[in-house]
Amino acid sequence: MVRPRITGGLVGEPDLDDAARTVRAADRETELRRVWRHITSDRIGRIGLVLFVIVVLVAVAGPLVFPFNPAAVASTPAGLLTPPSLHHWMGTDELGRDVFREFLSGAHISLIVGLAATTISMTLGSAIGIVSGYLGRWTDTVLMRITDFFLVLPQLPLVIALAAFFGRNLGIIILVIGITGWPTTARIVRSQTLSLRERQFVTRVHSLGASNLRILRVHILPNVMPLIFANTVLVIGGAILAEATLSFLGLGDPVQTSWGTMLHFAFESGAIGRGAWWYVIPPGVGIVFVVLAFTLTGHSVDQALNPRLRGSR
Amino acid sequence: MSRLRYLARKIIWLVVTLYGIVTFDFVLFHLLPGNPVELLARSGHLTPQAVADITRVYGLNHPPLEQYLIYLRNLLHGQLGISFTYREPVRNLLGQYLGNTMLLLAGATVLTITVGVLAGVVAASRRGGAYDSATITASVIGWSLPTFWTGLILAFVLGVWLHAFPIFGIETPNAIYTSEWQHISDIAAHLALPTLTLVVVNVAQFVLVARASVIEVLAEDFMITATAKGLLPRGILWRHAVRNALLPIVTSSALLIGLVVGGAIEVETVFSWPGMGLLVYNSVLNRDYPVIEAAFLVFAVAVLLVNFASDLLYQILDPRVRES
Repeated sequence: MVRPRITGGLVGEPDLDDAARTVRAADRETELRRVWRHITSDRIGRIGLVLFVIVVLVAVAGPLVFPFNPAAVASTPAGLLTPPSLHHWMGTDELGRDVFREFLSGAHISLIVGLAATTISMTLGSAIGIVSGYLGRWTDTVLMRITDFFLVLPQLPLVIALAAFFGRNLGIIILVIGITGWPTTARIVRSQTLSLRERQFVTRVHSLGASNLRILRVHILPNVMPLIFANTVLVIGGAILAEATLSFLGLGDPVQTSWGTMLHFAFESGAIGRGAWWYVIPPGVGIVFVVLAFTLTGHSVDQALNPRLRGSR
Repeated sequence: MSRLRYLARKIIWLVVTLYGIVTFDFVLFHLLPGNPVELLARSGHLTPQAVADITRVYGLNHPPLEQYLIYLRNLLHGQLGISFTYREPVRNLLGQYLGNTMLLLAGATVLTITVGVLAGVVAASRRGGAYDSATITASVIGWSLPTFWTGLILAFVLGVWLHAFPIFGIETPNAIYTSEWQHISDIAAHLALPTLTLVVVNVAQFVLVARASVIEVLAEDFMITATAKGLLPRGILWRHAVRNALLPIVTSSALLIGLVVGGAIEVETVFSWPGMGLLVYNSVLNRDYPVIEAAFLVFAVAVLLVNFASDLLYQILDPRVRES
């Protein structure tokens, strides 16, 4: 691998840095192994992982085994909102469609929105946090003021306003949840960067003439990565809840039926008053299941990686 | 003196943030291409006269900067536009709905904080025990519950199956009350399920915050001194630990107010409670943008003010800040 030439410094980085970097790379590998060991030895982490595997299996294999046909509506009123039976395991919805198959077809939307929206907010939050913490001075002041501003905006009303305005499709929903979820991450990443900046190996390469960009890329980013990762797993749960809420409020993608959308139609068709519990319980349990999977796993990863929590159990 | 300076800084920050929110609102709803006002003016259903009126009222014929000034002036005069669906000033609508939301949120928030702090303190004092693990498990599950779905399930079980509480609106339709007391108890019955939903969903956060704060205080040196003096464990917990843990609880709780406000939108929708949340839901369904815009403004300003109030409260509660 060709080492990029550093510019703007009088002295090139000595080989010491290369050696230090390989040591750190090895550290990182054992770190990953340590995290994995922590998750699998921790009861909470194990439950989270099992839930996660089940969710992925349901989302991927479910629709292949039991495909959902949105056009398969009942031909007679007697087929609408019927309770579970041998033919319809979770009964039928207000149009007479099979709730079980509809439920399976909605699983992957939660996962896609959760992962994609979190990727956006993590990228934004980490970038702002790292730059703010590393550069300090007025950059830090300005960026943190902006972060505080967005931190104080209530997320749900903001997301509703944005989604109502920009339209109803999955891409927009992902974007809207993503660009409102970054301030907490920015704060966490900033404080970690602040402490890294003062560490000896950073001040050393700085005095050896490494450029800011290089220090950020080679020395700071890899070291805040674990924290970002732990935070990511925790944030996914929130993003999934946000999608479900938006869809329930009628701002979901009308083409892609998610669990939130199902609950929207269940509510609008009066399933509650008509006692159609089979239409209301499955999508909600599905949401709780997915959010729990990410929250429990994330909690475990956080315990293993977050320097503030390490050893404090 | 430093306290005055702190206060001044907080007030400046409040004003700057308020201004930021107002400007953000303008950019979002007025300036971005394809904004609601423009869409309204361009939609083919209007007479040329109506288009001209809308253009004039919202100042669309002016350059952006001037539009911004018009918007600020209207805001200062309390003019929030006219609702597309209700065909009356948004200000009047907010007046009708805001009170109901405050009634719901006040009760729910007081209950949530009380239950949350008590449960958190007890969990902290029995750290690692069965009660503690049960509390944490319940809190994590509570955190994972979607507010609206919790509402649906409670409406189902307590409303439809057990007929314990009404699940729709703020009072029984067409009811004739023989006394004022009967009226109040009818509203209270309608309040029960929305309040219960908000408490169930939000209490988890307060439990965890209170638990963490108390655990932190319990590790302080003066706690050991108190134990060494021979004080009773219960007295130490409530008089020493909880009193010192209240400060972080106050500040962390203020940060959760955004959550509570968001929950109100969901709960009011589920139970058709005629508050700001239901107004937002109906406006979203009807694409009634002036109402959505104003509601966002109200929610954001309310959260900001609560945060400001908690900062002030912190000043009053903390003797270290008070006396310096």
